[in-house]
Amino acid sequence: MKSIAIAFKNLQRKKIRSFLTVGGVGVAVAVLVSLMGFDEGYQRGLRSDIDKMGFQVLITAKGCPYEAATLMLKGGGGLRYMDQEVYSKIINDPRVAAITPQLVHTVYDPDKNNGQGGLALYMGIHRSFLDLKPWIKFKSGNWFSQDDAEEVIMGYEAAEFEQRSIGDKIFIPGIEKILTVAGIFERTGTQDDGLIFLPLVTAQNIFGLPDQLTGIGIKLKEISQIAGFEEDLYDEPGIQVISMAEVRGTIFNLISSAKVMTNSIAIIAIFVAVIGVVNTILMSVFERTKEIGVMKAIGASRFDIFRIIWIETTLICVWGGIMGNLFAIIAARLVEHMLRGILPYAPSGHLVVITGGLLLSSFMGAIIMGLVAGIYPALRASSMRPIEAIRRGE
Amino acid sequence: MSTPVIKANNLTKIYKLFAEEIYAVNNIDLEIRCGEFVSLMGPSGSGKTTLLDLMGCLDSVSCGRLEVLGNEVSCARENDLVKYRRGIISFIFQEFLLIPSLTALENVELSLHFSRMTKERKHSLEIMERVGLGHRINHLPKQLSGGERQRVAIARALAVSPQLLLADEPTGNLDTKSAQEIFSIFKKLNEEDGLTIIVATHNPKLGLQASRTIFLQDGKIISKEKSSLFLEMI
Ligand SMILES: Nc1ncnc2c1ncn2[C@@H]1O[C@H](COP(=O)(O)OP(=O)(O)OP(=O)(O)O)[C@@H](O)[C@H]1O
Ligand SMILES: [Mg+2]
Repeated sequence: MKSIAIAFKNLQRKKIRSFLTVGGVGVAVAVLVSLMGFDEGYQRGLRSDIDKMGFQVLITAKGCPYEAATLMLKGGGGLRYMDQEVYSKIINDPRVAAITPQLVHTVYDPDKNNGQGGLALYMGIHRSFLDLKPWIKFKSGNWFSQDDAEEVIMGYEAAEFEQRSIGDKIFIPGIEKILTVAGIFERTGTQDDGLIFLPLVTAQNIFGLPDQLTGIGIKLKEISQIAGFEEDLYDEPGIQVISMAEVRGTIFNLISSAKVMTNSIAIIAIFVAVIGVVNTILMSVFERTKEIGVMKAIGASRFDIFRIIWIETTLICVWGGIMGNLFAIIAARLVEHMLRGILPYAPSGHLVVITGGLLLSSFMGAIIMGLVAGIYPALRASSMRPIEAIRRGE
Repeated sequence: MSTPVIKANNLTKIYKLFAEEIYAVNNIDLEIRCGEFVSLMGPSGSGKTTLLDLMGCLDSVSCGRLEVLGNEVSCARENDLVKYRRGIISFIFQEFLLIPSLTALENVELSLHFSRMTKERKHSLEIMERVGLGHRINHLPKQLSGGERQRVAIARALAVSPQLLLADEPTGNLDTKSAQEIFSIFKKLNEEDGLTIIVATHNPKLGLQASRTIFLQDGKIISKEKSSLFLEMI
């Protein structure tokens, strides 16, 4: 007869009550695991999104950095224009490892979204685009035949969606131009997949924006040179330098207020769960006053009683921990879906990433929670005097 | 001469109820020797339960001196009293007080567990056989009759091989037949194993089967002559 067996049988006595308490702990743990999993997933997703842009610095026309940051991650560069002259100035900077100019343009397409209409994104790019994104492969076709060819290269999803293949003709609504599909990129898992690319010069011509750019992506030879590089460009009129590290910070700021909210919810859930556990165990201690008295009368020491009650509390929290973890794993995709709906910017990939380490630490957390919650009820039980417990514990 | 199992001098227990002081046990001198079978009798409220609780180290002494097996316990603290409850003194209650979530056998094992004794299972089975419940070991208390429950309680008390068995109205909740069975077990334990037993009872027919009867009234032991008067009353 072990203390753990006694504790187990006690919990079995009031099955519904024990189950509800376990459920309370489970919900709290699930909320916590989901939130921490989200934190992890979001950081990972954002980092990989930003890494996959291929540049550490982006130069855009002056404007709201928040807007620029979101637009840029969605595939644009902030739709403000700057002179191409800036590009020729920086291209020879010795700190630059790779540099590519971009011109993003949106066109209203009445056929988009199943005939409801919507904006189609076009991006004028230069051959150096591939220097910054060496991982991009052609699924079929090739690069533009000439720098001003009337051709397009389609992102994987854009091509898939419109069922295009090499040689097809593309009509850009409102521009009255017909372009030929020269190539289709492989899937990259980034926003590039949904874009249609044109040669930079062609884009400048057909959209009527000669010598204009929306952004310049730059990869530096040494990431540590970023501060000096930014400073040198500070006096250049009409442009701003955005470092990707800053963008990441900016986006984190955007969601941090939401995180404060959700974290407080998690803390409240845990607090409520702990109170629930303490309440349940205290109630069952009082109900068993007489039994505890009898146990003492047949030789149980304070510590024997303390241990039984402590184990009971911890068992509840261990089950709650297991249940919460399972629940969080099962609900991860659902939570992800809900979060995508409310977040200002959601990176690609899984938004909620539940790692083994997270599961382990939340499980340990649940055990610690049980140990803490059990102290008071266990002390109450162990300090009962046997005779009072037996004679007056009705 | 061997040390008495129980030796009380001016033993007193006072309950304070608001301003009133109740002398539940009042200045009792008492000696119980090894191997005695003593019954405690007296009207309701005379202090039988209180005296048993004191001797069983379940309650604290107010004044006077109490020795168990030659050891002074009147000043001992709760933590020191535990060791007397482990394998020296066993208690049997009127309401049986088994742990409802545990089976008959587990109830017996539990006292061995708390008393830090080994071979819990084997020993418990033997004891259950001895009280004639070998066929009821896996029953929960609620699945047993009152007499059977009390026999489980006796098994639980005996499992730790105590030197003193205290029973507070052990037959109070039982019919005449079961009550006599329980008393027969006591007698057998006393005669065959030499176990010292003190039992409080209202039933003179049972109480007088003991080798000695102590009469209590208002917390005091009363003399033989008075007690025979008392016996005639009931
Ligand atoms: N906790 C308590 N507080 C105050 N008075 C008490 C307490 N316990 C017992 N008493 C009083 O002490 C006296 C002795 O009680 P006790 O229970 O020892 O009597 P008893 O002989 O066992 O009675 P019965 O035969 O009815 O069981 C009674 O007057 C009772 O009211
Ligand atoms: Mg009584």
